[in-house]
Amino acid sequence: MVVREESKDRVSAPASVAVDARGITRRYGEGTTAVDALRGVDLEVRSGELVAVMGPSGSGKSTLMHILAGLDKPTSGTVTIAGTEITELDDSRLTRLRRQHIGFVFQFFNLLPMLNAEENVLLPLSIAGEKADKAWLDQLLAKMGLDQRRAHRPAELSGGQQQRVAIARALVTRPTILFADEPTGNLDSKTGGEILDLMRESTDAYGQTTVMVTHEARAAAIADRVLFLGDGLIVKELRGASPADVLAVMSSLN
Amino acid sequence: MLRVALKGLAGRKLRALLTAIAVILGVAMISGTYVLTDTINNAFTSIFTQTYKNADAIISAKTAFTNDNGNGVQAPSFSDYLLGRIRALPDVNAVEGSVTDDQTKLVGRTGKVVPTHGAPSLAFSVNPTGDQRFNPLELTAGNWPNGPDEIAIDSHVASSKHYKVGDTIGVERNGPVQRFRVAGIVKLPGVSIGSATLSVFDLPTLQALLGRVGELDLIRVQAKPGIPTPKLIAEIKPVLPATAQVRNTSAQVKEDKKSVNGFTSFIRYFLLAFAGIALFVGSFVIANTLSITIAQRTREFATLRTLGATRRQVLKSVIVEALVVGILGSVTGLFLGLALAKGLKSVFVLLGINLPTAGTVFETRTVIVCLVVGTVITLVASLRPARRATRVPPIAAVREGAELPRGRFARWTPFVSAATLLLGVLLLAYGVLAHGVPTATRLFSLGAGILLLFFGVAANASRVVHPLASVLGWPAARIGGAAGALARDNAMRNPKRTASTASALMIGLALVTFVAILGQGIRSSFESAVDDLFKGNYALTSQDTFTPLTIAAEQAAAKAPDVTAVSGIRAGSARVFGSIENLTGADPQLPKVIHLDWKEGSNAVPAELGKSGVFVDDKYAKKHHLHVRSPLTLETPTAKVLHLKVDGIYKLPKGGSPFGVVTISDALFDANYVDPENEMVLINVRGGVSDANTKALTAATSGFADAKVQTHSEFKTNFEKPLNNIISLLYVLLALSVIVSLFGIVNTLVLTVFERTRELGMLRAVGMTQRQTRRMIRHESIVTSLIGAALGIVVGFFLAVLVTHALSDEGIVFAVPYLSIVYFVIAAIVVGILAAIWPARRAAKLNVLEALQYE
Repeated sequence: MVVREESKDRVSAPASVAVDARGITRRYGEGTTAVDALRGVDLEVRSGELVAVMGPSGSGKSTLMHILAGLDKPTSGTVTIAGTEITELDDSRLTRLRRQHIGFVFQFFNLLPMLNAEENVLLPLSIAGEKADKAWLDQLLAKMGLDQRRAHRPAELSGGQQQRVAIARALVTRPTILFADEPTGNLDSKTGGEILDLMRESTDAYGQTTVMVTHEARAAAIADRVLFLGDGLIVKELRGASPADVLAVMSSLN
Repeated sequence: MLRVALKGLAGRKLRALLTAIAVILGVAMISGTYVLTDTINNAFTSIFTQTYKNADAIISAKTAFTNDNGNGVQAPSFSDYLLGRIRALPDVNAVEGSVTDDQTKLVGRTGKVVPTHGAPSLAFSVNPTGDQRFNPLELTAGNWPNGPDEIAIDSHVASSKHYKVGDTIGVERNGPVQRFRVAGIVKLPGVSIGSATLSVFDLPTLQALLGRVGELDLIRVQAKPGIPTPKLIAEIKPVLPATAQVRNTSAQVKEDKKSVNGFTSFIRYFLLAFAGIALFVGSFVIANTLSITIAQRTREFATLRTLGATRRQVLKSVIVEALVVGILGSVTGLFLGLALAKGLKSVFVLLGINLPTAGTVFETRTVIVCLVVGTVITLVASLRPARRATRVPPIAAVREGAELPRGRFARWTPFVSAATLLLGVLLLAYGVLAHGVPTATRLFSLGAGILLLFFGVAANASRVVHPLASVLGWPAARIGGAAGALARDNAMRNPKRTASTASALMIGLALVTFVAILGQGIRSSFESAVDDLFKGNYALTSQDTFTPLTIAAEQAAAKAPDVTAVSGIRAGSARVFGSIENLTGADPQLPKVIHLDWKEGSNAVPAELGKSGVFVDDKYAKKHHLHVRSPLTLETPTAKVLHLKVDGIYKLPKGGSPFGVVTISDALFDANYVDPENEMVLINVRGGVSDANTKALTAATSGFADAKVQTHSEFKTNFEKPLNNIISLLYVLLALSVIVSLFGIVNTLVLTVFERTRELGMLRAVGMTQRQTRRMIRHESIVTSLIGAALGIVVGFFLAVLVTHALSDEGIVFAVPYLSIVYFVIAAIVVGILAAIWPARRAAKLNVLEALQYE
């Protein structure tokens, strides 16, 4: 359990913790063929923070994100999101938690092809049976540069535009935490840069807490914090790093 | 979320259509059946209602009972003296007496009877000088027949046989052909009478023709204005003799319809059974198509889950889709049924059954049954795939090819499949082989058994896909080269999918094989029965072999030179031991033409029957504890009670006999039955079958247009005709379920092509030609349908072995029509080729570049 530090006598109260992971291990398979993807990871993401998780292929960064987001269960350890320990939750509680607290941005966008941009953005609300806040929707779409694309279907949008729709969709519920899984992995370099900027802006403008798995050094430039994973452990943490710093760490890990 | 489901459906029109086809065809069959039988029923109602136009009450002759499913019951007539007494009643406005008949055969210019294919040859009397208020007919040309040499015929015969007013036409009824001048052409307004014929005479002429001078069958009565019908009927009743009865018109129509209700409802349930089979096959196709589309939408469901959709919401969205597909498919099928009804009617016409029709009837019941059945079947078929969709984990949104977690009961699946199959086999065996089980239990265990057998085979089929595909795909690999080998491997790639696709075809082919083997068994048992039973050289029957033939023809045949024995077998009905039974009449010469094994008595029995004896078969004797000299009482349709005794008991021949359960002497029959006729006459001639003898017999009976002389072997083939017709009809009807399964294969292939787009692009990129691509898909399709055929033929054999074994007491043997089985395999290959046409074209036309980028 995380105890929220909200005592009044603190002058500069530290931001509350959005995600708190303790002692995460994840083992795939059994016996001699078992593979340890994560070997004991502790992690705390504070509200309003943009954290980038980096590491070479097989370092366990995707596994970590899946576990943090409740998509996968750890072999041991706990994950707490917005004060709720999620690793023991049943399917329906986990679903409710997702509705209220979690947003996703995927590498392959995962838009529903038969819905237009606006409908895709509103999908999480309609799933939850909630009314859309019109002003918020307009603001989001404007921010993402999609005002003129509201009625377009994904097939009529470029990759970058599709990912903007996906980001708007993730933001529309004002989630406690947004997980982005290689959000630029399927985009060209220029578009990827624009998407990274949007991620940063959404953290700045709306205080959106974000965890992003990426292998792009540029991501470091927009992140508050960069965590490096190697062999199932957090091996390094940088704050306010430049792409050059990131590249240096990455090459040392490889 | 509901909108998402509907939008998704709209976005996948092709896939929705593929799913719907299976429902559409099955529902069309239900709808077509109802429309056809309702239309026929309605036509009969209009015919009967029209017949009693303007009449308030109908007086008809009374029979002690009717026999709608066996030998007909000829009603007696009553004296026309009654007519005057009815006319004299105070509230009667008008009356008309008439005679009617359904055995008055028209004889065309060729000297042959105008065939009616089992429909009645109707004769009506009219009053040419009256006001025609009761006359149901309309003249289309000429005048009403007036006088002993005039007739009016129906417009259908007139046009098809080219008769016009002033021509001469022959009529046969109870004697040689008589000639009449066509005075008029008539029709029943608003109704087609199908293949029935209609001849109209004035009353005295028809009375004479039918041998009912001074007698009437029917009196139509119209009440004075303002007199309620019950009052009229109350007035009539006291005047009636014991042999006549009075009903109001609608009751009379109802009564008349009873004679056809059995027939139309038989057709209805018969056809509905096949609609049921098609829908059953369709449910396999729907379930399979949905499973594939759901597997392909794994990422979509996972994404919905990550966005907060619950399992229940996923379940709902799939079920809503199925619901919409089911409703749309049912509605489409409902209307397609209107067209199918016409097609079904043509099938019957081809088989020589032309039924009357009036305006198409589209009942509310048809709409309700179709919509409910179609929708429910689709929903039920979607349950399993929908449950699978709920098991898609959210993580599948980010992972390529995430496997569905196994359900809670997954590890029990193999046991459940095996147990289903075993239980099906056991239930079937019990239903077929058990002795002394109530019919309801037997039918239930047969029905449940066959369903479980099909489910069981389908559930276990995936295990045999691999070996079967290796064997059946071998020619494909040989002929098709690399494309053929890939096709075979593709068929083995997802054994479950191949198995369920093939299973749909399996059901149709199992039933076809079963019908073929059983039909062959019945045919061979019938042939051996004919060989054992019939010692006669010749048989004399009516042209269509089934309608009875006048006794005069038998007498004429007896006069042919060198005839050594003539034995007519009469047919009628009687009430014996409280139930209505088929009764036959035989004459002393019977043992010369028919071989019977006497358990009690001897070949002398037929000659000894006289006025007081009967012989019965051993089964009936056992049932009622009869022995020689046991008393037996029978009641004729005219309510005459005959006290008789048993003279002989014969062993019921396997494969049937021409006799009813009770046989009396022809003499006794003729003395007690109205209009006695022969169902067949068996004849021996010195020198046996020869051209000269055939000619002599034909010449001797040439005065009887409806008589047909057949040699022993012709007789055999003629009797097989209806059996062969029924088998053909069953094939046609089962073809519908094969077509449904064909669409199942199309669905699987089209969806597989979607799924393998990238792979197909790769194959094309490394040099596979369009032709090879098409061949690859085609061979996969053929391998799949051959797997279906192999499974189906095995299941069909199994069912046939069981049933022929159970029927072995009836003389049915297990005989395999090998040639037919070969045809079925060829048919399966054709199904495979047809199913592949469109998917193969889609696969071949894929743009290589786009296909490679597809995801």
